[in-house]
Amino acid sequence: MSDVLPLDVDGLLSTAEIIVCCGAGGVGKTTTAAALAVRAAEQGRTVCVLTIDPARRLAQSMGLTELDNTPRAVDGIDETAGGRLDAMMLDMKRTFDDIVLQHADEARARQIFANPFYLSLSSSFAGTQEYMAMEKLGQLKTAGTWDLIVVDTPPSRSALDFLDAPQRLGRFLDGRMIRILTAPARAGGRAYLKVFTIGVKVFTDVLNRILGAQALKDLSLFIASFETMFGGFRERADQTYKLLKEPGTSFLVVAVPERDALREAAYFVERLEADQMPLAGMVLNRVHASGAPSLSVERSLAAAESLDEAGGEELTAAVLRLHAERLASATRDARRAEQFHSAHPKVRMVQVAAQAGDVHDLDGLRAIGGELAGGLAASAPAAAAG
Amino acid sequence: MSDFPAVKLHVVSGKGGTGKTTVAASLALALAAGGRQVLLTEVEARQGIAQLFDTPPLPYEERRVAVARGGGEVYALAIDPELALLEYLEKFYNLRRAGAMLRKLGAIDFATTIAPGLRDVLLTGKVMEAATRERRGGGRLYDAVVLDAPPTGRIAKFLNVNTEVAALARMGPVRHQADSVMALLRSNKTAIHLVTVLEEMPVQETVDGVAELRSSGLRPGGVIVNMMRDPLIPDHALADAAAGVLDLAEVETGLKAAGVEATAATVAALAAEATDHAQRVQLEQQERETLAALEQPIYKIPLLTDASELSGLHDIAKRLQDQGMV
Ligand SMILES: Nc1ncnc2c1ncn2[C@@H]1O[C@H](COP(=O)(O)OP(=O)(O)OP(=O)(O)O)[C@@H](O)[C@H]1O
Ligand SMILES: Nc1ncnc2c1ncn2[C@@H]1O[C@H](COP(=O)(O)OP(=O)(O)OP(=O)(O)O)[C@@H](O)[C@H]1O
Ligand SMILES: [Mg+2]
Ligand SMILES: [Mg+2]
Repeated sequence: MSDVLPLDVDGLLSTAEIIVCCGAGGVGKTTTAAALAVRAAEQGRTVCVLTIDPARRLAQSMGLTELDNTPRAVDGIDETAGGRLDAMMLDMKRTFDDIVLQHADEARARQIFANPFYLSLSSSFAGTQEYMAMEKLGQLKTAGTWDLIVVDTPPSRSALDFLDAPQRLGRFLDGRMIRILTAPARAGGRAYLKVFTIGVKVFTDVLNRILGAQALKDLSLFIASFETMFGGFRERADQTYKLLKEPGTSFLVVAVPERDALREAAYFVERLEADQMPLAGMVLNRVHASGAPSLSVERSLAAAESLDEAGGEELTAAVLRLHAERLASATRDARRAEQFHSAHPKVRMVQVAAQAGDVHDLDGLRAIGGELAGGLAASAPAAAAG
Repeated sequence: MSDFPAVKLHVVSGKGGTGKTTVAASLALALAAGGRQVLLTEVEARQGIAQLFDTPPLPYEERRVAVARGGGEVYALAIDPELALLEYLEKFYNLRRAGAMLRKLGAIDFATTIAPGLRDVLLTGKVMEAATRERRGGGRLYDAVVLDAPPTGRIAKFLNVNTEVAALARMGPVRHQADSVMALLRSNKTAIHLVTVLEEMPVQETVDGVAELRSSGLRPGGVIVNMMRDPLIPDHALADAAAGVLDLAEVETGLKAAGVEATAATVAALAAEATDHAQRVQLEQQERETLAALEQPIYKIPLLTDASELSGLHDIAKRLQDQGMV
């Protein structure tokens, strides 16, 4: 990995306007976003971090005890360099409600909020969280209050969901069925649209029979009261998507040195390239390293065994076995990092060591921030692997 | 003796990536052992079961995927909400053609997208159908059904079909179906098992999940602690190692006795590794105590090298049996 291009995190933190942390589920997106935000704020920038479903203790450490959908100042940040940090947790339902309020008068909005189809869509549609994260990012950016916005992305199996889900929701709300259901009258006359009209009739019949008449009424009301807004959803999604292509925006893809996470990262990298979106680089998180790479796995295990046979050196035997396990992990991690690197040689990379404990306070975030900024050289585990 | 003798439907949930699919498949093997017939189902259109058993993608059709120890068979079914609805329309209303037309139009996809509760009741409805079959002629009879369910974050909502559907369908057959599903899920014929690993977030999700299930009137079953590692440090040295005050002289003497060159740097590096490990062990101990406080039966599965192969699944199945889960 000697030729791996290093990722200059401090450089990024001092110039970027938006940093988006993406990656597969559970790899450390939220932790990385929070660590970057703390570091940038302590280096003097005015920062907002938008987190999504952070672990409870991490949220508490940033003062995020309630989900009120607006950024709040984080206590305990060193502000001597002139920066500060605000943090928020995304409330997707509330963000959705806000969009409705913007587009509809109060009476209509209330009607929409009470509709069971709206409730269902706003709290559990598969792409709602991603859509609302993008929406919120757009709002924060427009507010103009912060030099830098660091964005965490929703826990999803695939990193691509963040890019695709908002448009999926936009397309759905702007889709054929909605148009058919809103415009059966307008369809009259033209033969090919007649098929739709028949379809609508079958649809409503079946719905009536299996869900009851009230459901159909609710659905029609929902669609009718939403009608003016549908096109808008797609437009908004398209707009925020454009924001992601602007020069001040950078993506970081977070991964752990495991097959599935690296495969997701590879998809993501390729997608950004295809869409000409700016990838700053990859954060390879939870990497194992050893401080004694020259004491090989085989040698350690053999030594442990000989101690067992002789008896009496239980602790040292244990320590040797531990070392063997650790070095084996480090070697495996380094090999996976190397494989990723040779498939994507232009992707800049920084590695963060696997910490012994969970990361759940500002000091923990500072430590991660330090590693991100170069505490652990990108090639360390490779060297460690010997 | 099994901890869940009356249970016909085993639901397996847990945080993403903790081993739900692996454990569900192993549980199905354990339940089938000795000549029984078990159906393993999935509902997320991910073909996780086919991947695990290394078979071609499963159609919407019960297929045999494995044979259990001492005879017994595991069948698998990937439930698709659209096809489940078509089946339902045809079976109860003779509406096959209407159903096919709606599907072509994208109407079913639309309805289940805009109302995920509807999708869930179709999925759980099919699981219920398989779990409650009575006579031959209505399909294969199973001794038990295992559901590889959505993750903990969504499980209470997924299973609480009644509440989710109540607002959408106040009457009619779907409502009725939701009521029957709910009755089965709340009965002692159903257990909802949660898989976790000994880390902060999955354990927290398990605790939250148990509370949520209980408050929805659903029964949490076993907690499966997956991918456990044995502590390598002897108990008496654990506290010192965690505090970073391991007896370096002892390690140095040991290394010399084993003929390993014991430079100060090597000794310090090994001690640092021991500290990381010991701290991890202590954290895991805390997580175990948190799980124990739930007062649900706990089953332990070690980190295996062959968990994604048939041999590993049989191994986990045997462990679940030995610990009395099955
Ligand atoms: N370098 C690290 N060493 C040890 N633990 C870490 C490290 N980075 C993150 N963690 C821990 O891993 C867990 C998952 O991290 P995090 O919540 O940041 O991931 P995520 O990608 O946001 O997950 P999700 O997809 O669920 O949102 C947390 O408990 C966190 O403390
Ligand atoms: N006991 C075990 N030892 C080692 N590896 C395991 C063990 N259990 C599961 N795994 C591995 O962990 C990974 C995740 O397991 P699995 O797919 O069963 O999890 P899941 O909870 O179903 O994930 P998802 O949330 O993506 O559906 C797989 O690679 C699997 O082989
Ligand atoms: Mg997260
Ligand atoms: Mg799975």
